[in-house]
Amino acid sequence: MKLFAYAERHPGRVLALSDEGRTIQYREIFETAEGLNKMLGNRRLLFLLCENRPGALLGYLGCLRAGVVPLLLDAHIDPGLLRALGETYHPAGYYLPAEGLDRLKEVLPRTAPVLEVRESVLLPTGEEGPPLHPDLALLLTTSGSTGSPKLVRLTGTNLDANGASIAEYLALGPKERPITSLPMSYSYGMSVVNSHVLVGAPLLLTRYGILEKAFWERVTGEGATSLAGVPYTYQMLHRLGMTEMDLPSLTTLTQAGGKLPLELHQQFARWAEETGRRFFVMYGQTEAGPRMGYLPPALAVEKCGAMGIPIPGGRFRLEGEDGGEITAPDTVGELVYQGQNVSMGYAQCADDLAKGDAWQGELRTGDMARRDKDGVYFITGRKKRFVKLYGNRVNLDEVEQLLLSRFPETGFACVGRDDCLTVYTDSRDARLSPAVLDYLSSCTHLSRRAFRVRSLEGIPKNEAGKIRYAELDV
Amino acid sequence: MTNLERYDRIFLDTFSVPREKLPEIKYQGIPDWDSVGHMDLMSALEEAFSISISTLDVLDFSTYEKGKEILMKYGVEL
Repeated sequence: MKLFAYAERHPGRVLALSDEGRTIQYREIFETAEGLNKMLGNRRLLFLLCENRPGALLGYLGCLRAGVVPLLLDAHIDPGLLRALGETYHPAGYYLPAEGLDRLKEVLPRTAPVLEVRESVLLPTGEEGPPLHPDLALLLTTSGSTGSPKLVRLTGTNLDANGASIAEYLALGPKERPITSLPMSYSYGMSVVNSHVLVGAPLLLTRYGILEKAFWERVTGEGATSLAGVPYTYQMLHRLGMTEMDLPSLTTLTQAGGKLPLELHQQFARWAEETGRRFFVMYGQTEAGPRMGYLPPALAVEKCGAMGIPIPGGRFRLEGEDGGEITAPDTVGELVYQGQNVSMGYAQCADDLAKGDAWQGELRTGDMARRDKDGVYFITGRKKRFVKLYGNRVNLDEVEQLLLSRFPETGFACVGRDDCLTVYTDSRDARLSPAVLDYLSSCTHLSRRAFRVRSLEGIPKNEAGKIRYAELDV
Repeated sequence: MTNLERYDRIFLDTFSVPREKLPEIKYQGIPDWDSVGHMDLMSALEEAFSISISTLDVLDFSTYEKGKEILMKYGVEL
């Protein structure tokens, strides 16, 4: 993979700096890859439990280097969800932070670790695992939070292409020092890692969040140059008064993972313009590894609220309901993307991992958009039934299914807007609402505040028994 | 209601935690006190006591007990 070209030339340079003040060099990627190959073989499926620490970073990059295919999961994943994924995909091994061994012991293979890399350990299952397509390099969840087994199948070419596009439009070089404000197992967080490894920029690897003093101590003490956030991150940065903080090294802010409220877009765009910084609003989906569009910072104020233009090497088109291409300006259609970063498709079961390229470089985004007369795209809505909760995609139908299986004999209908999912129920039982909130928050690992429960006389349905969502307030 | 009672009430309304656990809870120590919960807690305290909590204090507000010290800085008698 081209991803490792810089690392191969400069094995002794710094890949990342940890919260503990430790330095990780590029050569450790190659050492980890050798260890994985020796203990697991080549072309094997591995469940990789991630947090922003050296062991997970080396595990991820080591897998890509070794040709071991990792499924990236959050290290704090619910044991039940991990078990379900294991039963679906039968990995050849689990790689996780050693401190997670106890919490997950009921789910993990009862074998001793055969490899240790910076406090992360490898546990083989003893199974060979499913056959893998030769181009398959990485698996990501589509909606990690509902525990859906639906995965995105990415190739090395996808990752190389997307990393190079991102590095080009952000004009990244080895002097950058991004602080990892997002989890690595999240496609946006992963793309921050990839695009900077490609250009030889050291990562400030941190587990601290932006509401912790230690995070800002690392930003100022180690001269972080960029920070990445989802819309909710920007709400918090706004509340914190980040624009008043003294952060001379921080010159680039990027945003993706959902549409930023207009006022915040305006505020950060103006601040960036006034202080000589760059503010990038970006657009993507995990299915595209993930980046597809960005708004050049020079347009951030003028085209406030826009999604932007395609990344270098990519192309957008708008499709009307008749399937024809829309060429007139300001006409809404489904946004379709073409580029080398479009993944091979989804996997729903282990056999799907052997499948080839289902999408042939073209992704139907499910987002509705228009293009203005200057060629800048604006997202206007969604075709698919999902919402983003704090940057995490949550499929409304999957949440309904979760609720129906947990609370049988009760009717549910889910609707929502970003950062607020409303559950309608036909139950009059007052105890149901807190139970639903507890259940959704524990299985999605998202705050209870992301959910609301409302009671109705009955769930509105049409003659065919389908829920009439349009009648429910979001 | 005394200020301390009001302070406790805000914690109990914001996080689902029994009263006797309050003295030991900390940021990221319980599921509800995550970044989203922290923002809600700050807003509720600012509103209840008519104060404006500074950036540094938002970052410093890491436990129930630490929060009391911070509020006292803003002239809230607890």
